[in-house]
Amino acid sequence: MTGADTILHMQGITKTFPGVKALQDVNLDVRRGEIHAICGENGAGKSTLMKVLSGVYPHGSYDGEIIFDGEPCRFSGIRDSESRGIVIIHQELALAPNLSIAENIFLGNEQASRGLIDWNKTNAAAAELLRRVGLRENPTTQVLDLGVGKQQLVEIAKAVSKRVRLLILDEPTAALNDEDSEHLLDLLRGLRDEGITCVIISHKLNEVMAIADRVTILRDGRTISTLSIVEDEVTEDRIISGMVGRDLDHRFPPHEPQIGEEVLRIEDWTVHSPTQHGRVVVQGANLSVRRGEIVGLAGLMGAGRTELAMSVFGRSYGTDISGRVFKDGQEIHLRSVREAIDHGIAYATEDRKRYGLNLIEDIKRNVSAAGLRKLAKGGWVDDNEEFKVADEYRQSMNIKAPSVASITGKLSGGNQQKVVLSKWIFTDPDVLILDEPTRGIDVGAKYEIYTIINRLADAGKGVLVISSELPELLGLCDRIYTLSEGRITGEVSRADATQEGLMTLMTIGQEVAR
Amino acid sequence: MTSVAPTNADLALGTPSASQPGDSPRRFNFNLRQSGIYIAFALIVALFTVLTGGDMLAPQNISNIVVQNSYILILAIGMIMVIIAGHIDLSVGSVVAASGAFAAVMMVDWGLPWPLALLITLIFGGLIGAWQGYWIAYFGIPAFIVTLAGMLLFRAVTLLILGNRGIGPFPDEVRTLANGFTDGYLGNIGLGALGGADLFSILVGLVAVGAIVLTQWRTRKARQNYLQAVEPLSLFIAKIAIAAVILMFVIVQLARFRNLPWVLVLLAALVIGYSVLTNRAVFGRQIYAVGGNLQAATLSGVKVKSVVFWLFVNMGVLAAVAGIIFAGRLNQANPTAGNAFELDAIAAAFIGGAAVQGGVGKVVGAITGGLIMGVINNGMSLIGAPSEQVMLVKGAVLLAAVAFDVWTKRRAGASR
Repeated sequence: MTGADTILHMQGITKTFPGVKALQDVNLDVRRGEIHAICGENGAGKSTLMKVLSGVYPHGSYDGEIIFDGEPCRFSGIRDSESRGIVIIHQELALAPNLSIAENIFLGNEQASRGLIDWNKTNAAAAELLRRVGLRENPTTQVLDLGVGKQQLVEIAKAVSKRVRLLILDEPTAALNDEDSEHLLDLLRGLRDEGITCVIISHKLNEVMAIADRVTILRDGRTISTLSIVEDEVTEDRIISGMVGRDLDHRFPPHEPQIGEEVLRIEDWTVHSPTQHGRVVVQGANLSVRRGEIVGLAGLMGAGRTELAMSVFGRSYGTDISGRVFKDGQEIHLRSVREAIDHGIAYATEDRKRYGLNLIEDIKRNVSAAGLRKLAKGGWVDDNEEFKVADEYRQSMNIKAPSVASITGKLSGGNQQKVVLSKWIFTDPDVLILDEPTRGIDVGAKYEIYTIINRLADAGKGVLVISSELPELLGLCDRIYTLSEGRITGEVSRADATQEGLMTLMTIGQEVAR
Repeated sequence: MTSVAPTNADLALGTPSASQPGDSPRRFNFNLRQSGIYIAFALIVALFTVLTGGDMLAPQNISNIVVQNSYILILAIGMIMVIIAGHIDLSVGSVVAASGAFAAVMMVDWGLPWPLALLITLIFGGLIGAWQGYWIAYFGIPAFIVTLAGMLLFRAVTLLILGNRGIGPFPDEVRTLANGFTDGYLGNIGLGALGGADLFSILVGLVAVGAIVLTQWRTRKARQNYLQAVEPLSLFIAKIAIAAVILMFVIVQLARFRNLPWVLVLLAALVIGYSVLTNRAVFGRQIYAVGGNLQAATLSGVKVKSVVFWLFVNMGVLAAVAGIIFAGRLNQANPTAGNAFELDAIAAAFIGGAAVQGGVGKVVGAITGGLIMGVINNGMSLIGAPSEQVMLVKGAVLLAAVAFDVWTKRRAGASR
């Protein structure tokens, strides 16, 4: 089995948690010097498999065999696997924000002589590593001054400093914009040419197609197949059908919009940054949403999409906000989140773990969080009614959990997102602003979320969808606004919209602004 | 409020999920962290009962434990709510002293009628809480700092009020509240080998048991009406029976001694009131939401600042209650009153299941945590252990309780 060109061979891996078989007889072969993608829905076992490989789950807590570079491995922790040259970079980056780039790179591996850190050596070595990963920053720069994309590169530089031979990246581009993603993928190709093998977990199939040599598909904790992108003539649809176990003719549910009266209009909306004095984040934005309409808001990272939405939603973001908001033709003033909710406006955040959910609480208390007053009489909550309401959402939204008393922190991303949507639908809003509603969730759950969005529109609600994924906006929205550097730069109907056209509008304003 | 959701819920995916395997409406997950505290309490009581040859559960000793720990338990109620919201209050000991001192000055020096003086003292406590709540909630200074400053400030206020002397004695009514017992309104009844006991106390106990049975039964019925799974009837009966036996045992022992301490009546009212508040009131729910995820609570329309502000006002009022009880018990307000009470109250909350990060905890848990410390204090002094040993054991118990919390959490985290 273990061919000469196989660097990693995982054989018959089975990992059981109380009540759940997370991995069942999984096999993975990675060839030396290839980029190997692992695809699967959330909960398919990708992360668990990588945790087994990197020693997070130590030898003995799983069944099966790991052979790395011809030798069987029994890792008892991450240090073991790192000493063999296996480095994992997690989705949530693990850098110390207040330390410099160089300090982060050599954290735990300090360049010391006689017990004292040799700063010249540290910074010089860091500079060399930064050059290799193509990051033009001073090694003494604090990490908190870097964007997410650059932080990712620091992580990779850190891995390279550990003489990495097998680099594992868990959703490396989930938080990156297109430009940074492209740069990262180029870097991975470069590392491949230097002989570093990469395993990449990604939901973005176009990236997988662009970068991977081979792909292994997992579903429900089992290996479905390993395919060579070129030789097997793999297409995105083929990967998708392997992941979900069925053919998806359409990635977007069909939808006939029934568009009614205007429900929300924003006029001349200007927002200033709360941290950088005087910086304009949103400038003179005008937009409107009609009942039954799904409107997209496209923009690159930092264009001000979230800032626009949150400043409208009860001034949750920004200072020195000016402009007017009209609901059903009447001007309204939203000075707090409470007032926004009372006026029938809902905002589902782009970062559900940090801003959307109380992860230590159960599903029912999260579902009721924003509309608790609907369940209360005289300040007292009817918890039986709460249970009933939450259970209805559990069923109608297809939240996969044994009960509404399940803790939300233990749900998969897609199910967490359904809890967030349930919470806002329960407030009975007229307008829903959905910020990256499908970020980090798998293909099957995305389809379900799209279906929910369509139904909301069909029920006469206005929906404003913010997304970084242009295909998603094109597949879902009736009308799309583009935002660039805080200005609305275009408004395109579904029929006229193309990825190229939108991208032009999303970047055109930058030249105008300069 | 018959049906709030269906019209909205129906909007979602029209096809209800086919039942997943193991998709029972409600699974019983035995929460070790929350239940462990009661088991630990039972074991500690059992241990000291054996070590003291039964003196631990003697009528007078049970009464002593209740009376001696009442003010810490009252503080623990407020403290757990503050901790659930993710804050801390280091000033309560000083607030206890300041409010006791102020009450004494009003009653003894100024001769105000005691009910008026008590009311003003509670308002005084509330104002102190409002002062601290303002800096924490609206000005954004961490509670640790504000209440550390408060610890010094209100100790200084105490010294200013008292001028470094003790003030007393208190009116009889206040002393009775702090240190007294219900009268034998209905006389005694014989309990065979146990001797005579106060009939009124026993009747109160029986009414309490009846109330527990009734409310638990109604809760169970209501859940069944909503088609929620409930625990098996046998388990339900067993739990209630155990609770009833323990309650009646305590009551009978108290009835054999000097009847019900008034502070126990007060404490029972506070525990019931605050348990209902934290479990069922919108305000109570918001405390958990704020502590669980501040940003998510803010974006769900919770007025976070106002919640935190009122929590500290509440803490101040409860500290004033504790201050009155403590001063009344000693029959004197003195400058060193309440020293290190904040540490006992904080320890009670953490032993009782609060999480360091906030968002978790129960009033009953904090009371149990406070009683665990009280029982250790009491039991060790009964067996004549020196005070350094008592401190050692209390420190170890606090550390063990939080270590257990962290350990169970890590285990839960690893299972995903």
